[in-house]
Formats: sequence, structure tokens, C-alpha cells
Amino acid sequence: MNEEAVSRLRLPFSPLHFLLVPLAALMVTPLAWMVLTSIQTPDEARRFPPVFPSGIHWQNYTDAVNAAPFGRFFLNSFLVTGATVLGNLVLCSLAGYAFARLRFFGRDVLFVLLLATLMIPFQVVMIPIFLIMRHLGLVDSLGALILPNLVTPFGIFLMRQFFRTLPIELEEAARIDGCSRLGTLVRIVLPLSVPALARLAVIAFLWNWNDFLWPLVVIQSQHNMTLQLGLSTFQGAHSTAWTLLMAGNVLAVLPMLVAFLLAQRQFVNSIASAGIKG
Amino acid sequence: MRLTRSEHAAGWLFVLPAALLITGFGLIPIGWSLLLSFQSSDFVSPATWVGLANYRALESDPEFRSAIGRTLLYTALFVPITVLGGLAVAVVLNAKVRFISIYRTAVFIPVACSTVATAIIFNWLLEPTFGIVNYVLSWVGLGPYGFFQNPDQSLYSVVLMTSWGWIGFNAIVYLAALQSIPQELVEAASIDGAGRFTTFRRIVWPLLGPATLFLVVWASINALQVFDEIYVSTRGGPLHSTTVVVYYLFQQAFQFFAAGYGAAIAYVLFVAILLLTLLQLWVARRRVHYSS
Repeated sequence: MNEEAVSRLRLPFSPLHFLLVPLAALMVTPLAWMVLTSIQTPDEARRFPPVFPSGIHWQNYTDAVNAAPFGRFFLNSFLVTGATVLGNLVLCSLAGYAFARLRFFGRDVLFVLLLATLMIPFQVVMIPIFLIMRHLGLVDSLGALILPNLVTPFGIFLMRQFFRTLPIELEEAARIDGCSRLGTLVRIVLPLSVPALARLAVIAFLWNWNDFLWPLVVIQSQHNMTLQLGLSTFQGAHSTAWTLLMAGNVLAVLPMLVAFLLAQRQFVNSIASAGIKG
Repeated sequence: MRLTRSEHAAGWLFVLPAALLITGFGLIPIGWSLLLSFQSSDFVSPATWVGLANYRALESDPEFRSAIGRTLLYTALFVPITVLGGLAVAVVLNAKVRFISIYRTAVFIPVACSTVATAIIFNWLLEPTFGIVNYVLSWVGLGPYGFFQNPDQSLYSVVLMTSWGWIGFNAIVYLAALQSIPQELVEAASIDGAGRFTTFRRIVWPLLGPATLFLVVWASINALQVFDEIYVSTRGGPLHSTTVVVYYLFQQAFQFFAAGYGAAIAYVLFVAILLLTLLQLWVARRRVHYSS
């Protein structure tokens, strides 16, 4: 067969689209169906076979906002996530820099202890942390969500590994010019570490924004609930009111979906680099 | 070189906040948890020493044994489905065709969905009477299924739900690994007469080794700790059919207030995770090669 004949047999598009379209549909349909149900009337949602919404029934959204303080949940999640991301950026940079560049008594022992805690599942420390929080009088407060997550061994490790890849000459030059150690870190090293800081911020953000088990254990009153916990109690209270539930769910996931679409490259890179560097 | 006092002080000042927090919320709780697992405690009255009684009780606790069985079954399904599924998806998404960035976004977007939100969505999709999945299955003459409401189907339904949320994550990692493979290697293989399948098996798959190892270890750790989606969708039911280890731990510790028993469960889980991870790393030692 000559080339002309082959090209005539070809589809106007790659046959891979036959795989890609169902694949994309499979992943997007659950979200699309959530949105569609959220604008149905309760009556339309209780039909079999299922029907498309006849119009946009905004009532579900006002009902959802009236049924649970979603604004409060968002605010709490923002406060907890903001504080923990900030804490991780500052404290992991400081500790990571000390482990990477400074020499001090007990450094290696401390680093081994740090690596050991990296392997511990949260469930193991959950009960004692709860008891500690009760001693501190922090049960059922945002402090209980922030304090244990202000710094992560993983974050320290990540920053240390990154700092070690930077050329040390720049830091030595800064030191000779009279820059303090903290000054060197803040003015020389951190501006070169934006990729690592961004990765740490994304990972800390995802971890704290989505955390569920710990808030479930330590938070009781509604005005202290994070978005995930609030959403779960909202679901518990209206377990078969599907249109109401889907409207609340859309409200809860929408900011994250928008953030993902806007910063997709950053999200994807942060996740991907975890796998490549193992 | 002799270190000056100021250098020691600077080092300690830099690590001090982190060291204090990790000691308080990491190292001390690890030891305390081990101590608790040898005690009987209800969170309120003073704990009493009971030796190995918690572990002995666990050994003969039929509900705990079933929870382990369910967790292992869940892990055995979840890990291959999400890792191999993620690989297959990444291979397709690596194609250079039109609209590929739209397809990628579509596949990655469940990653942005929290576990709680995912569970609420799947509660509705898998609803036995009005759910869309039973409707779609009825086109090919299947169902209707009870899904989360049928004790024989609930754990498999959980696998379906959590896999939807995870495949995108694994695909992201695999796609990046695929894109880091030097194109010359693949071209050289095809010039030497290797077909697509042979190229994949002999060139691409070995080069994906580090990514595969990371994803298998990470998916296994997360599967053994599965909790969120189960809490929201089934509360461990029906008839305990989705009561996995962490759910059982949560119930024992925070619903029945058996802190010592809960701590013992946590330690068993920890050892299981540690052993499985070490086993995986040991198996990988000879098979996974790191370039450069």
C-alpha cells in the first residue's frame, strides 16, 4: 500500500480519542452529576430513570447555606490551613537549613530521631495527642488543629535535601561580607528555594485542608468545625436529601476545583516530584 | 575544625522550635502510646497497668480479626487497581494528540476532591433506588445493586469510590516519570526492531521502577489506613462489612473510650505497615534500578 492510500484510510483524528473520551467522561461524570443534581428539584432527583434538571433550582443552595454555617467552616479551614502552611514554611526552612549547613552538638542524633518519626502513622500518636490537648485545654478549639501540624518531619527533610543542592559558595561569600546566619538564610538561600517552598506549601495545604480524622476526634462544636468535618456532619444530618447534599458539596469543593484549575501546573509538579525523587 | 560556641548556639536556635514541636507531638506520643497499650484507660480515671492483656484480647477478638481481613482485602484490591490503572491512564495521556491538556485536566481533577466530598458524591451515584450507576448498568441488563447498603458489595463499592479519587494522583506521578524517559532510548529500541510492547516491557517499564516502587508503597500505606471515605459513606456497616482496622480503632478509642485497647490496635497497625513497607523495599532492592 502506498502512503497516499494509508492516509486516505486514516481517521481525521487519532484513534486514541476513542480511549481518551470515555476515560475523561468516567472521571468527570461523578462531578458533573453532582452539579446537575444540585440544581434539580428534590422531586426530580427522586426519579428512576434519572432525569436532567428542568431548570436551575437555586433554592438548594440557599437551603444548604441556611442548614449549615458553610461560611464559618470555610473560615476555620482557612485559618487552620493558613497557619499550618505558614508554620511549615518558616520552621521547616529554619530546621532544614540547620541540618543542611550548620554544625552543632547533637545534630546527627536529632536528624535520625526526625527520620524515625517520618514513618509513624498518625493513628499511633492520635490518642496521646488527644490527651495532651486536653491537658493544654485545647480540645474543641482551632489550636488543637494547628499546633500539632505547625511543622512536619517530611517538610524539614524536603527543605534540607533542597538546601544541600545549592552552591555553598554564595552563602560563604555572604558570611564573609558580614551577613548573619539568619540573614544568609533569608536573603540568599530562600530566594533560591522558591520551587521547594512552593512544593512544601502545596503539600502542607492539601494535607491540612483535607484532613478529616483528627478534626473528627478533637472538635465537637459546630462553630469550630473545618470544612471537611462540617461537610460530614451536614451529610449525617441530611443523609437522603440529595439535592441539598449536592448543593452543599458543590459549595465545599468548588474553591478547591477552581484553585486546581488555576494552578494546575503547580499542583501537578508538586505531586509528580514526590514520585520521581521517591 | 573547632566549632565556636556561637555556631552550636545558632544551630540549636534554628532547630529548636521544630525540635520542641516534634518532641511534643511526635516522640513523646510514640512512647506514651506504647505505654498506653499496656494499660487500661478510659480517658478519665487514672490508667492501670495490665501488661499484655490488651494484645491478648486483640488476639481473640473476632471483630478485630475480621477488620484485619477486610483491610487486607481492601489493600490487595486498591493497590493494584490504582497503580496499574494509573499507569494505563498515564500511558494514554502521554500521547501527543489534540486536546491532550483538556483530557489531562479531566483525569486529574478528582485529585482536587477531598475524601469527604468524594464519599458524599459516591453515596449519591451508588444510591440503590435512584442512583445513576444502577441506571447505567441497567442498559446492559445488570443490577440493580445495593452497593453500600449490601454487606456483600459494600467493601468493593468502597474500593470503586477510593480508586476514582486516587487514579489521577498515580497517573500524575507516572506521566512525569514517562516524560523523563530519554526519547533516544525508545527510538534506539524501535530502530533495533523492537515492537511497541517489547519496547514498553524492556525499556519503559524498568525505567519506571522508582515511580512504581513509590506508588506501591504509598498506596499500600494509605490503603491500610483507609478511614475517611468509610466513615462518611457507610459508618463501617452494613453489619460491620466495611469496619476496617482504623475504623475499629476509632470506635474503640473514641466511641467506647477504650484508650489502651485503641493504642494496642494502633501499634499492631504500625507494625503491619512497617513490615509491609520493608517487604516491598526488600523485593524492590534487586528489581528497581535508579539511573544516575
